[in-house]
Amino acid sequence: MEKRAEYDVITDEVAIPYEVAYGPTWTRFFEGLKNEKIYGSKCEKCNRILVPARSYCPRCFVEIKNFIEVDQEGTVISWVLTEYEYFGMPTKPPFIGALIRLDGTDVNFLHLIGGFDLSDPDNVRKRVKNGMKVKALWNDDKKGTIMDIKYFTPVK
Amino acid sequence: MGRPVAIVGSGQTRHGRRFDVSYPELVKEAVDAVFENTGISPQDIDGVVSGTMPSMMEGVALTHFYFADVLRSVGKPILKTETCGSTGVSLAITGYYWIASGLADLVLVVGSEKMNEGDSQATMTTVVEPFYQRYFIAGAPGVFSMQCQEWSNRFGIPEDKVREAATRITIDHHNDAFDNPYAHIKKRLTPDEVNNARIITYPIRLWDVCPNSDGACAMLFASEKMAKKLGLKSAWVKGVGYSGEEYWFGDSEKAIWQCAIDAARQAYDMAGIKNPRKELDVAEVYNPFTYQEMLYYECFGFCGFGEACDLVLQGVFSREGELPCDPSGGTLCTNPIGATGLNRVAEAALQVTGQAGAHQIPGAKLGLAHAMGGVDQFNGVMILGSE
Repeated sequence: MEKRAEYDVITDEVAIPYEVAYGPTWTRFFEGLKNEKIYGSKCEKCNRILVPARSYCPRCFVEIKNFIEVDQEGTVISWVLTEYEYFGMPTKPPFIGALIRLDGTDVNFLHLIGGFDLSDPDNVRKRVKNGMKVKALWNDDKKGTIMDIKYFTPVK
Repeated sequence: MGRPVAIVGSGQTRHGRRFDVSYPELVKEAVDAVFENTGISPQDIDGVVSGTMPSMMEGVALTHFYFADVLRSVGKPILKTETCGSTGVSLAITGYYWIASGLADLVLVVGSEKMNEGDSQATMTTVVEPFYQRYFIAGAPGVFSMQCQEWSNRFGIPEDKVREAATRITIDHHNDAFDNPYAHIKKRLTPDEVNNARIITYPIRLWDVCPNSDGACAMLFASEKMAKKLGLKSAWVKGVGYSGEEYWFGDSEKAIWQCAIDAARQAYDMAGIKNPRKELDVAEVYNPFTYQEMLYYECFGFCGFGEACDLVLQGVFSREGELPCDPSGGTLCTNPIGATGLNRVAEAALQVTGQAGAHQIPGAKLGLAHAMGGVDQFNGVMILGSE
């Protein structure tokens, strides 16, 4: 039924460069990472501590002007081991993406779990559990990006 | 509340790897089918709604311009609706709004995707901004694996029970697909085959995941006056709901998933549905992943939270069950993303008008259609009735 290869196919690629402005909040958040600090913000209306830092609360839509340094330890809410690579993916597999509830905050912080061998999925499954405690491990060479945190690593 | 809105017909293409036609020719196949199935003339439509995945998927930014000729839209108003995976239900809701508002009597609604021409998972990577979330969003499987783990952990569902229920779902749907002439993947699967299939992202294995499909779906939405004049078997829109969540993935819980709960609640309230499991006759739930289908059963009130696995294993949601879900095989067997949600609406419309053929649920009068989009961010629901 398939008539594949009967008709011509061309290849095409679209590549467009972008300049992306951080604005004041992201600039300050990433400066914080450079100094090994994770900044969140407290919404004065719902009292939630949101991380990463915000200039407004997405639920109350009130302006937020504070920056609060949050704990670098937290609890794993969920995780996924990625072993394949998609085109344009900035993080090279294998890696473990995870939602981490940093202590004292009210939302989940998306980052990596690492610090041990990821080559064997069965091993990873034994090692990583929802509810486990993890803490941030920093890169020596910090560039003011989200990857200044190398990953979160299990707390012994 | 707007005017009553009817769905008077649909047209779906054959799905698969469709390198036998260009993209506009694929769209044309669905558009031609809906006009042929209804006997309606393209001259009689008042406007067109068109949609696909975000344009990174298509490689052409202005798809409704690219498809203008085959959409029969020359000289007519045209709208584009695009909400990632939920595009299809958003398209249907756009068509509904247009008719319900009283500003049109007959609207053509078309969703399409040529997934094999582009790169769906690379597109998923570009759905998020480049300085934070893009580092961690590894395509759809990555997002859904995390959601599944959050869900099973939240309700303490044992891993082997989740696996057993997911296996039942994929075996059932791939069987169901044999009765749907438009379905892409039709396969008789055994539990061993499913349970030992390669892991995509733990705990999701190959047969838990939808395929890449090329395909299009076209539907005609009409006012009551127009539907009566046409005299076709019509499905009536009884309720619509759509809800979204915050942008940041970690800001909202994905197990008790508020936007899915709210979208269903909006649609139920409008349709006057109090007990969906009892009142609905059929549901076309968007199920790109087996696990997510179960999560939807709970968010849509088909059962309590943490109960879906047990009920799946009891057969409550299978073809002969109390509330048959995805008798078409669903998204799990056929996934042309920009058309997928509209396929759900088309299938629900076929069911409540008794035109679903071999996969007809006998006597179906009230059906649900649903789709999800973004990084677990949007859910849309439409309720269709036979009168």
